Amino acid sequence: MRVSFQLNGKPVAAEIEPRTHLADCLRETLRLTGTHLGCEHGACGACTVIVDGAAVHACLMLAVQAEGRAVVTVEGLSADDALTPLQTAFRKHHALQCGFCTPGMLTTAHALLTEEPDADAERIRAVISGNLCRCTGYIPIVEAVLEARAAYRKKP
Amino acid sequence: MKPSPFEYRAAATLREAIDLLTADPEAVVIAGGQSLMPVLAFRLAAPSMLVDLRMVPGLDTVDIGDAGVRLGALVRWRDIEDDARLAVAHPLLREAIGHVAHYQIRNRGTVGGSLAHADPAAELPGIAVACDAEITLVGAAGARTVDAREFFTGPLSTVRQSDEILTELHLPFWPTDRRWAFREFAQRQGDFALAGLALFYDEDERARVWNAHVGVIGACDRPQRLLEVEAVLNGHPIDDDLIRDAAATAARTVDPPEDIHAGAAYRRALVATLVERGLRAAAQARGA
Repeated sequence: MRVSFQLNGKPVAAEIEPRTHLADCLRETLRLTGTHLGCEHGACGACTVIVDGAAVHACLMLAVQAEGRAVVTVEGLSADDALTPLQTAFRKHHALQCGFCTPGMLTTAHALLTEEPDADAERIRAVISGNLCRCTGYIPIVEAVLEARAAYRKKP
Repeated sequence: MKPSPFEYRAAATLREAIDLLTADPEAVVIAGGQSLMPVLAFRLAAPSMLVDLRMVPGLDTVDIGDAGVRLGALVRWRDIEDDARLAVAHPLLREAIGHVAHYQIRNRGTVGGSLAHADPAAELPGIAVACDAEITLVGAAGARTVDAREFFTGPLSTVRQSDEILTELHLPFWPTDRRWAFREFAQRQGDFALAGLALFYDEDERARVWNAHVGVIGACDRPQRLLEVEAVLNGHPIDDDLIRDAAATAARTVDPPEDIHAGAAYRRALVATLVERGLRAAAQARGA
C-alpha cells in the first residue's frame, strides 16, 4: 500500500505492506534510523515519535494509519545541525550513556514540554515511566528535562 | 516479532466496517491498536484483515447529560483526562483512567478497544462493571445493548460477535454527593495491576451506606462486583469494624488467578488491603 504523510515538515510517501508499523517504515523504508526499536510491543518507549503533536509508540501504530498525519522524529527536533535546548540539557546533565533510549526520551520530553512547559519532576517521572533507560537511573534525565522547561516557556 | 501479513481497510462508515467484518469472519477491528498491535506482534492472532475505524465519524464524542456519561468507542484515554467536565460528571472514571498504561499509549488507546480486548486487569472494563454500565454493539443484525456484567465472559473474552462493532459505553448518572474510591497496585507505574478496586456508595440521612458497588480488577478472570461485600456495607455507617468486615469478606469471596506475577493468596490479601484503603478514603473525603 502507498502511504503519504508529513515527516519532519516535509511531505513523504512510501510503498509498504499493511503490516508494517510506523517505526519500520521510518527506519527501513524512509531510512531515518534515529527512531530506535527496542521491544516492538509498546513496553520500552524507544520508538516514541510525535504524531499530530502527541507522543506515540511508533511500533504500536501501523504506517498506513499515518496517512495524512504530521510525524516528527528525533531527526526533526532541530531545524539545523545545532542542538535544541532540550538536547543541550541532556548533554550537560549526562542524561544518556549508551544512547539507545535517547531518541524516545527526547521525543517524549519534547511533546510533554510543548504542552506542559511547567511540568514538575513528579509529572516528568510519570510521563517517562513509559520509556525504559538501563544506564542512567533516570535522575540526570529528569534534571535535563526540568532545565529545558525554560526554553519551552519562552516560545509558546 | 513482526505481525503476519493481513489486508487493511479504513472503513468510511460504520456500515462499511460491519459489511467488511460480515464478509470475512477472520477480519478484526482496529481502533487505537494499543492492545491489538502487541497481540499481532507476538502472533497471538493472525487476522486476514484489519478494519480500521479511524475514518468512521461520530464515534469519538463524550456526551454528558441527565442520563449519565456516554463515551464513543474512539474516545481516547487522553480525551477523558483532558475533559474537565468529567471531574464532576464521573470522578471515579477520571481517576481510574489516570492509571491506564503510559503517556504514549494514552494518546492512542481507546474506550472501545479496551472493552473489546477485555483484559481482566484493565481499568475501564472494571469501571463499566462496577458502575452498571451498558455497552452498545452494532452488527449486521442491528444494534443491541448489553449490561457490562454480562459483556465480559472471561480473560480476553466477551459476548461480542465477530461481525459486531462496539460503538458506545454508557455510564449511568453520577450524583455529586456520592462517595467513591479507586485503588490499584502494580509493581511499576503503568503496568497492569495485580489487583485493583473501584467502589462507590451513597449515604442516607443517618450516614448509613446504601447502593454500595464494589468492583475488582486483576484479581479475577474478568472484572466483577463483590456482591457479598456490598451486602456487608449496605445499611450500616462506615466504621472500623465495618471496614474490617468488608475487607475480610472481600478476601474470602474473590477468586484470584495464580500466575508468574503473583500467587492467589497474595492477590486475596491485596484485595482486602485495597478494600480497606478504599473505604477509608471514600469515608474521609469525596474525591478520594
